[in-house]
Amino acid sequence: MAGMNMFLSGNEAVAAAVRLARPQVIAAYPITPQTTVIERLAEMVEDGSLASEYLHVESEHSALSACIGASAVGARTFTASSSQGLLYMAECMHYASGGRFPIVMMNANRSVALPWNIYGDQRDSLSLLDSGWIQAYAEDAQEAFDMLIQAFAVAEHPLVLTPAMVNLDGFALTHTYELVNVPDPSDVDAFLPRFTTANRMDPEHPVSLGFTAGPQHNQAFKQLQHLAMLASGQVIREAEERFGQRFGRSYPGLVETYRCEDAERVIVTLGSVAGTVRPVVDRLRSTGERVGLLRIRYMRPFPDGELRAALAGATSVGVLEKDISFGYEGTVFTNVNSAFARSGASPRNLLNFIGGLGGKDITPTDIENLFARLAAPEGLETVTFI
Amino acid sequence: MVEIRWHGRGGQGAFTAARLLGVASALFEHRHALAFPSFGPERRGAPVLGFTRIDDRKLTDRSMAGACDVVAVLDDTLLEPSVLQGLRPDGLFLVNTSRSVLDIEPPPGVRTVLFDASSLASQYLGRPIANTAMLGALAASSDVIGIDAVIRAVRHEMKGTQREKNADLAKAAFLVLGGVA
Repeated sequence: MAGMNMFLSGNEAVAAAVRLARPQVIAAYPITPQTTVIERLAEMVEDGSLASEYLHVESEHSALSACIGASAVGARTFTASSSQGLLYMAECMHYASGGRFPIVMMNANRSVALPWNIYGDQRDSLSLLDSGWIQAYAEDAQEAFDMLIQAFAVAEHPLVLTPAMVNLDGFALTHTYELVNVPDPSDVDAFLPRFTTANRMDPEHPVSLGFTAGPQHNQAFKQLQHLAMLASGQVIREAEERFGQRFGRSYPGLVETYRCEDAERVIVTLGSVAGTVRPVVDRLRSTGERVGLLRIRYMRPFPDGELRAALAGATSVGVLEKDISFGYEGTVFTNVNSAFARSGASPRNLLNFIGGLGGKDITPTDIENLFARLAAPEGLETVTFI
Repeated sequence: MVEIRWHGRGGQGAFTAARLLGVASALFEHRHALAFPSFGPERRGAPVLGFTRIDDRKLTDRSMAGACDVVAVLDDTLLEPSVLQGLRPDGLFLVNTSRSVLDIEPPPGVRTVLFDASSLASQYLGRPIANTAMLGALAASSDVIGIDAVIRAVRHEMKGTQREKNADLAKAAFLVLGGVA
C-alpha cells in the first residue's frame, strides 16, 4: 500500500486528512475532545506544511461564520467542534446548508450539559440532524481519515453542494491511537482536485448570495436542498468507489452489514460501539446463534432502502444509540422505524436501547444481554436504558 | 489479545509508555494495537492510566471493562490494592520501586517484577522519568514486545538529545533484568 503507516489518534488522523485536502481557510475554536485536531492544524500552518489561512476566532459561532464567508468566495474550508460548541454553531449551520456552502466539519461527539460532562455520546450531532448537513459516523481512525477526504469530494460535488459533518466518538476515537495509512499527497490531489464553483462572489460573473426569499420562493429553495441531500447518497457511493480504486480501501456505502445474511437478530448502531458489537456477533455465531450487526455510516442522507434490504429477513432488531429525544425515544430509532414504516413491513420486534450517555461504558457483556433480550422480546418496553 | 495497563502520575509519561508500546507493536512487529489514556482532564501529579491492547487480529472493541495481562506501575506511591484490579490470575505485575518488599500482595499466580527504573533513568537522562526504562523491563520480563521494536519505537517517536538517551535507557533496563536480545 502506498503512503505511510503512522500510529495516530483519531484527532491526529483527522488533522492529517485535512492537511492533504488542502483547505484554503480553517476557522475553529477549541473544545474538548476536539482540541488536538485544531492544535495539529495550527502547527502545520505554522511550520509551513499546510498552506492555509488559519483564522483565530472568539467563538464557534464566529468560526462557522468565517467559513461561510470564505466559502462564499469559493474557498475550500474546514472547521471542527464538539458538544456545546457545535450547538453554538447551530444557527450558522442552517446558513451554511441553505447557502449551499460545502464546508466540511469534524465533530467530536460529546455529551451536552447539564450535568456538565466532557465524555462521548451522540446527543450533540443527532440533535442537529435537521440542519441540512450530511452526517457521517466513523468507527475507527482510518475510516475517519478516509471519510474526511471523501467528505470534501461529496460536499463540493455540483449535484450536492451541501456541507458535511464527520463524527468521531469523543475519546473512544478522538484520543485512541492506532495504525493509520496516510496516502501520498499526490494521490489525494488526484482524488480531490481544487474546489471550483459558480456559487461564489465573483465580479466577472456576478450572482446573488445570502439573499432573502419570501413565501413565494422560499420553499423551492428548501426543496432543492432536500433533493441535493437525497442525491448525495449516490455521490457518496461513487466517491467511495473512486476512493477504493485509488487507495485500495473499499467502503460499503451508507450502511455496513456484518454477518447479517441469515441473521434473525440484528443490532443496529453507529460509531465506535459497533466495534464492541462485532466480536460479540462472532462469539454468538460460533455457538450457532444467528445474529448480526448493521452499522449506520451516514445518518443524512438516511439509508432507508439499504436498511430495509439488509434487515428484510430479521425477526428482531435492536437499535442501540447514545442519544435520547426526551419523552419519546432515540432519534436513530425514530429514523429506523420510519424506514420500515415506509415499506409497510417492519420486523416482528423492533426495540430501542439507549446507552453510553455521558460516556457510560458499553461492554461486550451489555451487548450479549441485548442479543438475549432480542431473543425473548415479549413484554419488553420499546425503549430501555442499558 | 493482551492488555497492558500503565499506572503513573500526570507528567511521568504513563500514557507515552502506552503509546510507545503501541508504536513498537504496530509499526515494528506488525501486529494490531490500540493505545489510549484514561479519558478526561489531565493534571500534573494526579493519578493517570494508560492502556495498550495488542492482538494478531484487528482490534475493534474500545470498551473499558476487561481484564489485563500486565499492570505496570511507574510510581510506587500509587500502590494500593485497587491497582491490581482486573489483573489476570497469571498476569505480570511490573513495578518501578527501590523497595524489595511491597505493602500490597498480588494473588499467588501473579508474577511480580520489582525494578528501580527511576534510578536507572536518572543515570541515563539526568531525571527520573522511568517510562522508557519500564518498556525495556517489559521486553525483558514478558513476550509482549521485543526489545528491538521498543528501541525502534523510541527512536521513531522521540527527538533531539532525548532520543538516543532513551533508546540506551530502554536497552540498559532490558539487560539489567536479564533480557537476551
